[in-house]
Amino acid sequence: MLYWINSNILPKKIKCIFFKKSFIYNFSHFRQAYYGGNWASFTFSGLLAWIEENKEAFSKEEITEWMNDIKEGEEILLLNSSDKSIMNVEVFNFDLFLTVDPDEDLKEEGSSQKENDLFLTVDLVEDLKEQGSSQRKDDLFLTVAAAESFESGIDKSPDMYVNEHPSEALEHNDVCTSSQKKNPELFLDGKKYVNVCKTSVAETRKTITYSQIIRESRRFNIDLVSKLLYSRGSLVDLLIKSNVSRYAEFKNVNRILTYQNGSVEQVPCSRADVFGSKQLTVVEKRMLMKFLSFCIEYEQHPEEYADFKERTFSDFLKTKNLTTNLANFILHSIAMVLDTDLTTEGLRATQHFLQSLGRYGNTPFLFPLYGLGEIPQCFCRMCAVFGGIYCLRHGIRCLVVDKETRRCKAIIDSCGKRISLWAFYCGEQLISRAVLITDRSLLKADSEQLISLVTVPPLKNGQPAVRIIELCSSSMTCMQGTYLVHLTCSSVENAKEDLSPVVSKLFSENIKTGEKGEVEAERPNVLWALYFNMPDFSSVERSSYDLPNNVYVCCGPDSGLGNDCSIQQAEHIFHQMFPDEEFCPPAPNPEDIVYDGDGAPPEESLFKEHEESEVGDGEERTLDTKHLVTSTTNEAEDAQESVKEIPSE
Amino acid sequence: MHGRIKLKTTEEQAEQKQKERLKKLHFYDTTRSACFAKRKAGILDEEGLILSGQLLAANPDFATLWNFRREIFLHLKEEKTPEELQTLFEKELSFLETCLRVNPKSYGTWHHRGWVLDHSPSPDWKVELELCSKFLQFDERNFHCWDYRRLVVQRAEVSPQEELEFTHKLIGTNFSNYSSWHYRSTLLPLVYPDTECRVGRADEEALLTEYELVQNALFTDPNDQSAWFYYRWLLGRADREETVSCLYISREGQRLIVSFSHPVNVLLPKDELILFVDGLPLRVTWKSPHPQLKRSAIWICELPPNTINAACSEHNFKVHWQDGRIQRECILYKGRSESWCRDSATDQQLFRCDLSVEKTTVLQSELNSCTQLQELEPDNKWCALTIILLMRALDPLGYEKEMLQCFQTLKATDPMRTAYFDDLLSKFIIENSILKMEYAESRVVDLSKKNLTNLCHLDQMQLVTHMNLTSNRLKSLPIHLSMMQCLEVLEASDNEIECLEGLVQLPRLQEISLQNNRISKICDLRPLASCPSLILLNLKGNPITEVPDFQSELSELLPSLKDLIV
Repeated sequence: MLYWINSNILPKKIKCIFFKKSFIYNFSHFRQAYYGGNWASFTFSGLLAWIEENKEAFSKEEITEWMNDIKEGEEILLLNSSDKSIMNVEVFNFDLFLTVDPDEDLKEEGSSQKENDLFLTVDLVEDLKEQGSSQRKDDLFLTVAAAESFESGIDKSPDMYVNEHPSEALEHNDVCTSSQKKNPELFLDGKKYVNVCKTSVAETRKTITYSQIIRESRRFNIDLVSKLLYSRGSLVDLLIKSNVSRYAEFKNVNRILTYQNGSVEQVPCSRADVFGSKQLTVVEKRMLMKFLSFCIEYEQHPEEYADFKERTFSDFLKTKNLTTNLANFILHSIAMVLDTDLTTEGLRATQHFLQSLGRYGNTPFLFPLYGLGEIPQCFCRMCAVFGGIYCLRHGIRCLVVDKETRRCKAIIDSCGKRISLWAFYCGEQLISRAVLITDRSLLKADSEQLISLVTVPPLKNGQPAVRIIELCSSSMTCMQGTYLVHLTCSSVENAKEDLSPVVSKLFSENIKTGEKGEVEAERPNVLWALYFNMPDFSSVERSSYDLPNNVYVCCGPDSGLGNDCSIQQAEHIFHQMFPDEEFCPPAPNPEDIVYDGDGAPPEESLFKEHEESEVGDGEERTLDTKHLVTSTTNEAEDAQESVKEIPSE
Repeated sequence: MHGRIKLKTTEEQAEQKQKERLKKLHFYDTTRSACFAKRKAGILDEEGLILSGQLLAANPDFATLWNFRREIFLHLKEEKTPEELQTLFEKELSFLETCLRVNPKSYGTWHHRGWVLDHSPSPDWKVELELCSKFLQFDERNFHCWDYRRLVVQRAEVSPQEELEFTHKLIGTNFSNYSSWHYRSTLLPLVYPDTECRVGRADEEALLTEYELVQNALFTDPNDQSAWFYYRWLLGRADREETVSCLYISREGQRLIVSFSHPVNVLLPKDELILFVDGLPLRVTWKSPHPQLKRSAIWICELPPNTINAACSEHNFKVHWQDGRIQRECILYKGRSESWCRDSATDQQLFRCDLSVEKTTVLQSELNSCTQLQELEPDNKWCALTIILLMRALDPLGYEKEMLQCFQTLKATDPMRTAYFDDLLSKFIIENSILKMEYAESRVVDLSKKNLTNLCHLDQMQLVTHMNLTSNRLKSLPIHLSMMQCLEVLEASDNEIECLEGLVQLPRLQEISLQNNRISKICDLRPLASCPSLILLNLKGNPITEVPDFQSELSELLPSLKDLIV
């Protein structure tokens, strides 16, 4: 039997699938109560819980009764009892509406029967309460509807809780909501808001409150790792080859933006973009296209860059008659390499980008609906269908190693239970991460439902280049009316110090200051922000650890944009373990499976008490959640529609 | 509980597949026979719809079955109530939609859809428009859908403005789209009508923004033809109006020659040409210069004897064409042997055609940006070709040297089309020569040593008396040469001429020099027999001179010939 611990492994997920074929049962061990470790994604309240967890200091536990399980000829290899990989966690809440009536429960939608009541009581004017509840509801909906009717082009879904309360409060200004009492400034803001509403409807800005975010917690799927899939990257190929793709759905990233000369601009990367770009002169267009065409087949023209093999890509770009603008676009947004990277690396990266372009749309990237956390889950699901077993909430206390063979025989989990067999990790380089919830897109466009990749070149020397992925609500990762923004960079300092300069340049964090400049008003407001560091394991070498020979080292997420690194590693480890087997063979079609009704193999029963509930949950989501969403249309409404049908857990 | 898997063997799978295919085939065959039997028996009922539907869902290109369905619908139209009919038509539309999903490029399906809507009691064309947009979103180059869209737009009375925006959107996603560009060329004149009311042309301001759009495409991908073709349309101008461009009278020859701007057939009633001499209609017989020319830019009539009186101080000749809407008159004064009245090529800027008479500044700036592009893309043939056209539009004579250079580039970059470029260059050189001749007010045209491969614009040389074609690469003297009714001396030595079919009925032709050509048979010289004035013929260096008895046969053929040089 195989046993996998390590909470931070995507590769492992991919290996899982194989096992069912040869009836080797795979046991994946997660300390946490969720799949995917650092690859996971959370609902908003799930993320809050995760934040709490990672703020806590872990107390050193003592070796206790489980020592009895160690047999003769065995020794133990003690592991860190806590996963200290997440560091420097900081949370900022910029929302003035945050402070809510103490009587009011901040509860998730669907967590109680009071959904509508809750909705009504939030900031609702008191005198309305005297009327019948149905009446109240209508009133409120009326105001919402009225406000919405001003804003053409905005989804009319009743799910959209547009906060019109301030204007409501003005109409009934004898009464004030509790939250407004506490925040007089907000009241002013509300007043201003109403004025704006009267003069220019187009200016209307929906206000999202913290309580709404909490209530709509389940609309959020916040990834710890922020990555995209290259349309011709190894993950996409693997998803297709292994048929795991049937469990996932994707949206094309719609635009690639960059921050240049103090403003957010669209990067023209495809032929259509270049054609449509208003920023480039026709000659620039030609030069850019010419260079990109060269990059696609750069191997065939070695003479073009022979002199630059040992020099940096940015030096090479300087010789290509490209304007500074174009060179920056290519370096930071297309190749996405550092100033110091060599020419061949830059060319290879550009080629990779371009090859992925157009396979599924106008940008080279795909984003999985419901977040990147879906991907490990999909592999888990496929694995589970064929008998893989997952242990959630079981950390690894120590390894039991056979003294003679130097093989790992078993593990002792955090509950002190002995379980046989498994793998391990460690690392030093850090990734800085931030997660923001904002109220509008970084760059206004015709559609509000766009996924954007924003590359921010280093603001100053020594600062890292920051990658931003802005997700819209139809990507099923945030509630309507908000955008979920992921910032990622290699750490120089800690997450807050690395990323907050970019956040303050691109976003507005001062919702309080009523007097906003014109430019300021164009920027998205940050409603909520989280900063943290996580380790980058991409450079971990197995040889640096003294490990039993049947223990394999899997890396956690790396800081890159794509997933190639992890896939490569998964395949490598898999072939070490099973040199003769195919990696992720295509899963058979349902009609090609014969159910012999024998029931589960005997090993499964060993762990039944631990796994049943978790595995069951995973299965249920496989069948119920995913199969309901049948289209990857752009229309957010469609997607939201199907989401509503997810049975509440 | 997880089922353990056993994969079926491939043989099992193959066998099952084979079985399924046979079953399908059998079903298809029986259903088809049933349909045909029904049609033959004239049973036009709903069962027929079901049967043909099953087949068409699998194979939408079965035209007979679509016809069968239409017959059924026409029949049911008599029997059913309007409500029943409406549901029937709605069902048909959703059926068609499923067919289109399977094959969005089936002629039969799209056509049937249009038919159904035209026969439907209350067609919803707006829905159809959305359907088109959806299909074009999947494949913006599906011309079947474009065709259908034009029908829908016409029926739904969608404004050209909206359609123009739609094409803009599609061009934005992918500008390699002939359909979309072409659609724009039809919409622009509707949305921005030309201020001078030229049919098919758009307002200059609109054209300027359009130039900008196309240039973006040209610079983004100069190897994409679709944008270049559209660009040439933009630079083009409206067709010249049909008119009578010249009237020529020869006293000596007792004939009258009428030239038109376009080839016409005046023998057809609608293009009837009426001659008035001194104000009185005169019945004459019109003929084209060459028997093979049914439509010709030149028509000739022999005047009845005594029409021209030498003593008369002047004769007034006038033609009415197209019921008198177009007229031209010419006066032959006493003592003059000939007279004409014409539009000159220089006045008309005739050879700037294909390109518009826009303000020269616009053309100049277009030329500049194309030259800029050529510097970046020296090997791009579309760019070189457009530069040539622009230079010709601006100043055909001034840019002659640059034009020749551009042609060299073109031939080097696209050797497969060398012959096309040679012909095109010949055309432009002849145009320039005509211009030069007209500026000099002469009737002599020198086209020697120009590498000509082709002769054109011969109708413009109707008055020319001397033409020099020496040292070119001509293979024939084409039938259009017969339009040069005034030609007296033709020098065509040092070419590759094998055939003289154009030297027919040229009344004034006296000397022909055909030294060093490839005339090999006596019958090739036969057309010359119809040229009554021919007295000198130079055939030195032609294979025909080797033929025994050639001289005697020739004197038989051309008895009036005085000098034969061999």
